Amino acid sequence: MLRLVWGTLFIAFCLYTGWVYLYCDEKTEIVQNDPSVAKGWELWQQKNCQSCHQLYGLGGYMGPDLTNIARDSSKGKQYMHGFIKYGTGRMPAFGMTDEEVEHIIDFLAWVDKSGLSQVPAEAVHWSGTYMIEN
Amino acid sequence: MPLAIRIYTRFVFLLLITTLVFGMLSSWSYLYPEIFNRYLPFYQLRPVHTSAALFFIISAATLCIILFNRDTLGRNATSGRWEQLFIFTWIATILVIFGYYGLKKFGGREYWEFPGWLAFPLLSSWTFLMIGYYKGWLKCADKKPLYIWMWSTGILFFFLTFIEQNLWQIPWFRQSFLRELTVQWKANGSMVGAWNQMVYGSSLFLMVMISGDKSIARNKKAFFFYFLGLTNLMFNWGHHIYNLPAHGWIRHISYVISMTEWLIFISIIQGFKNKLTEARKLRHMLPYKFLLAAEFWVFANLTLALFMSIPAVNRYTHGTHITVAHAMGTTIGINTMILLGVLGYALDIDNKIGAGRKLFIRSYRLAQGSFIIFWLSLVLAGILKGYRSVTLNITSFQEMMEPVNKVLVAFSVAGIGVATGLIIIVIMYWQAAGKSQSFVKVDK
Ligand code: HEC
Ligand code: HEM
Repeated sequence: MLRLVWGTLFIAFCLYTGWVYLYCDEKTEIVQNDPSVAKGWELWQQKNCQSCHQLYGLGGYMGPDLTNIARDSSKGKQYMHGFIKYGTGRMPAFGMTDEEVEHIIDFLAWVDKSGLSQVPAEAVHWSGTYMIEN
Repeated sequence: MPLAIRIYTRFVFLLLITTLVFGMLSSWSYLYPEIFNRYLPFYQLRPVHTSAALFFIISAATLCIILFNRDTLGRNATSGRWEQLFIFTWIATILVIFGYYGLKKFGGREYWEFPGWLAFPLLSSWTFLMIGYYKGWLKCADKKPLYIWMWSTGILFFFLTFIEQNLWQIPWFRQSFLRELTVQWKANGSMVGAWNQMVYGSSLFLMVMISGDKSIARNKKAFFFYFLGLTNLMFNWGHHIYNLPAHGWIRHISYVISMTEWLIFISIIQGFKNKLTEARKLRHMLPYKFLLAAEFWVFANLTLALFMSIPAVNRYTHGTHITVAHAMGTTIGINTMILLGVLGYALDIDNKIGAGRKLFIRSYRLAQGSFIIFWLSLVLAGILKGYRSVTLNITSFQEMMEPVNKVLVAFSVAGIGVATGLIIIVIMYWQAAGKSQSFVKVDK
């Protein structure tokens, strides 16, 4: 009996896992094939930006969430370039070349296209869950 | 006691001390980056802290299993060679990982911030552990006690989730940012469930030993909660990514499954009276004190987690220090407490402590008292940030964080208390491990 319950759960887990891999992102049109984005993503990891910044709220908490910085019209590319290249009193500079900084900016612009980090109030359903428009 | 286990025990203690020292440093470098940025920036301290914390929990959990396994599965069940191979490759890889952090070379994944290729030696090392463990398990005649189920489940699921966590190294997973993030947090969430199975298994084993009541690892209710935990391990990782515009069912399934944890909540309240009687009987034992503390922190963190699992509430708590309260509340309050209890029992600390008993109890109280302040300040910091960013919609980061950072001063001061208390206890364990006949022999 115990083995049966275990086995059933395990099979359900495997099926769910496969489903998640294939269908979690329904916006298949934004397939990533830009080498600059890929490079920017790599640099994001190598410089460990996520230890201070979040994407979709996930990461360390010393700095702001950067998921949607690319769409903030009050900031823009120049502004981001300045921060990443030279740092601030609180954020260190990483000694990156202008080209590397541009890759990271391209990566952040691509992340921005995937959605909004802050769920709008209208998306909260009465049952407590979210209904996010894709 | 075999040399490999002696070394591994010391290594586990060193990992805990590293976690505590680097936790303290991280908290101050967060507050005063201008001072730390030059030599010890936050982005270098935090990975050392979080990786040491996770490696401490996983290493201590496996150490307990290796120690008790020989007694429960039968001394001749395993030769111990595979376990030794595991211990040495595991330690060596972790040392290399810290070397990379020292050189500021990262792989930038949350908690596992080392370059990706190091996942391979870690995985091979785990495979050695699995071979050793399951060989013994196959030969063992009585696999019925629940703790054996839990250890076996934990070891298997750590293996599966560790592989899943590294799928990002296959390009297909990186074609979509949402997919990459979903899979990463699916793996991270389930992995916590996997080490909880190992840790809770040892805690159950310890309760059987000190209460002498074998039925607690064999009754129906215990198995019911095991399966509830397993279901949550498998399907309740979605709360990490509620705000992701991924497929809606990921959110709904996780929300529904997480609400089953109310059953655990109710069961704790129902069992409260029995717990009190049990506590009166056993509280003179030092290892039991840690289990009692863990019990309290299960209750506090479960209450917090139940609310955070409602997306409408998560909207305010996600991406704030409430997440940190939840993460450290469970890893320190539950996992570390249980592991210190179980290791204390294995080292026979009650009989070896001698005149140090008073200091031990004082340090225990210092750590617990400070930890309450530590946890509450993180919760308060999180509430403040949630309110200021979501309700007040303050867009300037500096302005939003100003009062939050003031609360974090209380957190950092309390952190010194937590670390001091726990470091003194670890030093006492270290001394106890040095005395001959260090590990108690258990009788199943
Ligand atoms: C040690 C922590 C830390 C690390 C590591 C870090 N940052 Fe920052 N970053 C900050 C802080 C803090 C701010 C907020 C500005 C301030 O307080 O000076 C910030 C601000 C920014 C901003 C401007 C945000 C805004 O909305 O005004 C950008 C862009 C940025 N960081 C990008 C990056 C990138 C890219 C990396 C990795 C190469 C990185 N940061 C690594 C701490 C860090
Ligand atoms: C056994 C002891 C400890 C364990 C197991 C532990 C575990 C963790 C974990 C898992 C995280 C990641 C949290 C997240 O990002 O959500 C974390 C972060 C952190 N911990 Fe600890 N911790 C311990 C002790 C301490 C102590 C004593 C301090 C001192 C104040 C501390 C300070 C921090 C800080 C500053 C962060 C980073 C939070 C951020 O990103 O802003 N930790 N710890």
